[in-house]
Amino acid sequence: MSTILEVDGITKKYGGLVAVNNVSFDVTEGEILSVIGPNGAGKSTLFKLISSFVRATSGTVNFKGDRISNLTPHTVARKGVVRTFQETTIFRSMTVRENVVVSHHLRSKASLLGFFFGSNTARADEEAFGRSADEIIEFLGLESISNEVASNLPQGHLRALGMAIGLATDPAILLLDEPFAGMNHDETMRMVNLVRSLRDERGITVLLVEHDMPAVMKISDRIVVINFGEKIAEGSPAEIQSNEKVIEAYLGSDDDEIGL
Amino acid sequence: MNIKQIVGVVVFLLLVFIAVPWAIASSGRWDFYYTLTSVALLSIASAGVWLTFYIGRINIGQGAYALAGGYVSAVLIMQVGMNFWFTIPLAGIFCALLSVLIGVPILRLRGVYFAMVTLVLTEVMRLAALALPITNGAKGITSIPLPQELSLFGLTLIPDFSTLENPKLAFYFAAVSIMVICYAVLWRIVNSRLGHLCRSLQQNEELSASIGVHTAYLRVLAYSISSFFGGIAGAMFVAISQSIYPSSFQVADSINFMLNCFLGGLGYVFGPMLGTLVLYFGWDLLFTTGRYQLLIYSSLLIALILLLPNGILSIFSRKEKRS
Repeated sequence: MSTILEVDGITKKYGGLVAVNNVSFDVTEGEILSVIGPNGAGKSTLFKLISSFVRATSGTVNFKGDRISNLTPHTVARKGVVRTFQETTIFRSMTVRENVVVSHHLRSKASLLGFFFGSNTARADEEAFGRSADEIIEFLGLESISNEVASNLPQGHLRALGMAIGLATDPAILLLDEPFAGMNHDETMRMVNLVRSLRDERGITVLLVEHDMPAVMKISDRIVVINFGEKIAEGSPAEIQSNEKVIEAYLGSDDDEIGL
Repeated sequence: MNIKQIVGVVVFLLLVFIAVPWAIASSGRWDFYYTLTSVALLSIASAGVWLTFYIGRINIGQGAYALAGGYVSAVLIMQVGMNFWFTIPLAGIFCALLSVLIGVPILRLRGVYFAMVTLVLTEVMRLAALALPITNGAKGITSIPLPQELSLFGLTLIPDFSTLENPKLAFYFAAVSIMVICYAVLWRIVNSRLGHLCRSLQQNEELSASIGVHTAYLRVLAYSISSFFGGIAGAMFVAISQSIYPSSFQVADSINFMLNCFLGGLGYVFGPMLGTLVLYFGWDLLFTTGRYQLLIYSSLLIALILLLPNGILSIFSRKEKRS
């Protein structure tokens, strides 16, 4: 399997604060890679750097050999690197189906003028989007609520809807920002299976940021650990679990000076 | 379009093109023509403001584009000798291009910050009209001739207004026709993918960008269509009043354009049209109450905003929910 995403020495400074410091790792096509780290370690900033929501101070991110850092979010999405959001970010006053249909934007062949005049290509596009949206909604098990307005939905469904929006863009890599946050055990397990099926059934490479350790250990092929903006470990779940530095980062180290 | 909508459109067209002129002719209230023509034109400008609301921006600067459009039309007629009817689209295009220049930097602002900058725009445009030599300063441009004949291959499409027995009626028909076209365009925009993308922008710009929408481009596009509407409304106004001054469109007008949208309902394409009618016509009708005019008018507005915060047109969706 080939490398699909290459993060190379990426650094982000906010004034004197270094949020992400010289982080490098590769993502292999078809894998599920998790980025973990304690609160404030710089995970979310790393995501924003990959999706060009913020500009890197130095370093690059390459997708299939093309640089995608320091561009704009929509051009990165156009190349096939799509992020979902930590907050349950959706189009609130649209129905579930409208949310998914509108997110097919990248697949449209007709121009905006074509859509205005209802050209044949535009009508074909709309029909294809509708079919594809229904299929995605079924895939994520949202059929029963497809005509509900999004602002009325409970959290679990919103998370799935966020994923549906991501899927609608037909991504090569999906960046999931804390997909399991605020979920109970059953919901988490359902989501774990769902993320797996993204990869197994749709061939999407998944990069995720997460706090929930049991879920991360269960789902990931590989894990990258960052702390204070720096990468401190990388490896399989088993390797990470026994890594000294990781344990230190999460549990703290013995402090010789005060004799603990 | 479904049957209900087609019937609605036909009823509306019959109402404005046949029923209203008939009612005015039989009641003898010829002054209503001027009022209704103004309503039609102001509602075109308000339609533009409504479209900027639709991408999630509060636009209190439409007066600037109405003024600019008016001056473009006046200057082209007086100095170039162009036929008025050709100046309408040119005024619109001028305003659209101007709004691209202005919109690219200011559309990055959101919420109250964008609103504040647009509020200043109207005043800037008024001062520019006072200062520029081509606009003739505070004296304005006056005694602009009535619209000339528009013909195609010797066939008269629109007759010369100065030969008409009743130019008021002609202006009414012209204004209402342009209004109908503008609202048809707006309706089509809102109900095509373009409108859906605007809605996505209104609800969440970050998410919109992450699904691949070129948000900056779309914002400028919507804003320039909005300003196009403002420009043609201004141009048409010049033809009716046969004059234009820096004070023809002021900050108060810009605010009214916005109020029209609020009053009619931000969620409805035809909201700004109804809002303009109620706001402008209501004010006119209350004229007979003399010094209590402003008191009654503002009390009614407050009551409307309290009872129907989502606009007058929301009364229908309310009923549907209850039944």
